[in-house]
Amino acid sequence: MEQKIIYADNAATTPVSPSVLEKMLPFFSQSYGNPSSMYSIARDNKEAVEHARAQIASAINADPNEIYFTAGGSESDNWAIKGIAQTQSARGKKHLITTNFEHHAVLHTMEELEKAGFEVTYLPVNEDGLVTAEQVAAALRPETALVSIMYANNEIGTIQPIAEIGELCRQKGVMFHTDAVQAVGAIPIDVKAEKIDLLSMSSHKFNGPKGVGALYIRKGIRPARLIHGGGQERGQRAGTENVPGIVGMGQALENAIETMESKTAHLLEIRDYVVEAIEREIPRVRLNGHRTQRLPGNVNVSFQACEGESLLLFLDMAGICASSGSACTSGSLDPSHVLLAIGLPHELAHGSIRLTFGGQNTLEEARHICEELKKIVAEVRRRSPLWNEEKGA
Amino acid sequence: MSTPYSPTVMDHFSNPRNVGELPDANAVGEVGNPKCGDIMKMYLKIEDDVISDVRFQTFGCGAAIATSSIATEMIRGKKIDEALQLTNRAVVEALEGLPPIKLHCSVLAEQAVKSAISDYYRRQGIDPVPIVGALDDECDDHCSCGA
Repeated sequence: MEQKIIYADNAATTPVSPSVLEKMLPFFSQSYGNPSSMYSIARDNKEAVEHARAQIASAINADPNEIYFTAGGSESDNWAIKGIAQTQSARGKKHLITTNFEHHAVLHTMEELEKAGFEVTYLPVNEDGLVTAEQVAAALRPETALVSIMYANNEIGTIQPIAEIGELCRQKGVMFHTDAVQAVGAIPIDVKAEKIDLLSMSSHKFNGPKGVGALYIRKGIRPARLIHGGGQERGQRAGTENVPGIVGMGQALENAIETMESKTAHLLEIRDYVVEAIEREIPRVRLNGHRTQRLPGNVNVSFQACEGESLLLFLDMAGICASSGSACTSGSLDPSHVLLAIGLPHELAHGSIRLTFGGQNTLEEARHICEELKKIVAEVRRRSPLWNEEKGA
Repeated sequence: MSTPYSPTVMDHFSNPRNVGELPDANAVGEVGNPKCGDIMKMYLKIEDDVISDVRFQTFGCGAAIATSSIATEMIRGKKIDEALQLTNRAVVEALEGLPPIKLHCSVLAEQAVKSAISDYYRRQGIDPVPIVGALDDECDDHCSCGA
């Protein structure tokens, strides 16, 4: 009998929903025209792209001409940060502010800019994984070009006080970018009310296709181009439009906004059940990230004396897809920079598991995961020399 | 999973041999540290220069569990000087290969055996270094080999 797979890694990616796929399909081999061309199948595609642009704009209270399609969240982050850095440095502004637990698309971009002569302030987050507007205010300088702070963290799900930081930056006349890849489609976002200047998003995080994303750029702001070439995206981002992807992204986000309220209630039920069950059933666990100020589908826990890859291998054998902040799963020797940033000792960072739920998950699946985890953690601890010391301590 | 393991590695991970403590061990070695995510503890019972019993406990990834498990099988019933011949390469071969980034786990298994045998000599007031050699059981040393 084939084992049923429980997918609990929705922060990594999500399945394309059937209604989204249906909208995309005609644009592969029927309506395949290049939107820049003059004939009718091309004009239809131009309209489809503009419809998707309007769907996405409406989801974050932006205007359609403030939405620029990209190849995904990483490109959006690179464009926003490098583009603003370039234009602002021409005015002598070569200082950037971010946090020490951003996604690598932001952190590695910042490191590249440091090599190019920019100075970067990496604000520390507190033990809950939160940064404050006061910290940003204290780091601002006359030569600050950009503040870039993620909306919600991809590993521990904590949601930052974006509106407060946006208000501060607007008052001080400093550009504010947020990597909202994990937040868009999951929680309400209003770029006008929250005074966001640039916002990155990625389609495949909200049941859209991979390889497409968008950058919101507030009217009047003009980051330097990252991709040079043809005149697509009003001359700001070259490259023939990924029409099926863009159509899918627009539909997926519209669906996400329409179902957000009921989906959030469903995810909160699952999340709170899982946290409660793990804390009740398994000794010596630690919930990573703020208990409530976090994405509705995110659970991140560390199990003392356990190593994450071992936990993941056992979960995989049980048909459960999850992820870990362990070094062994990252391809590097260091555990998750996010977990180290919130002050976890190395062994607890190595022993973390991230479960991220989506609309397709059920409470029954959550129960099954908790039951399996209890057995798996006990087995991994039976093998661990650290657990003996734990018991004696 | 992003780390494809051989069936032999998965067998030793799923059903590790000789897990646990050994109350009457007369040689105990521990290598690695929590910072890099691997700790191996090896317990030996040595009688008449022969390893009559062996157990291990490991905090680590799938490869770390598998290398310690197979190492215990490879030294059980062996004479000390035979066990000292165990190389990380032999551990990797017995497991039908390891992903390159996991090779350090096989070094750790070799070091864990040598660390336990060193302890055996030290308990008898014998300096183990001329027999076993100096041990590199610091994280930085063994991690750098595979990554």
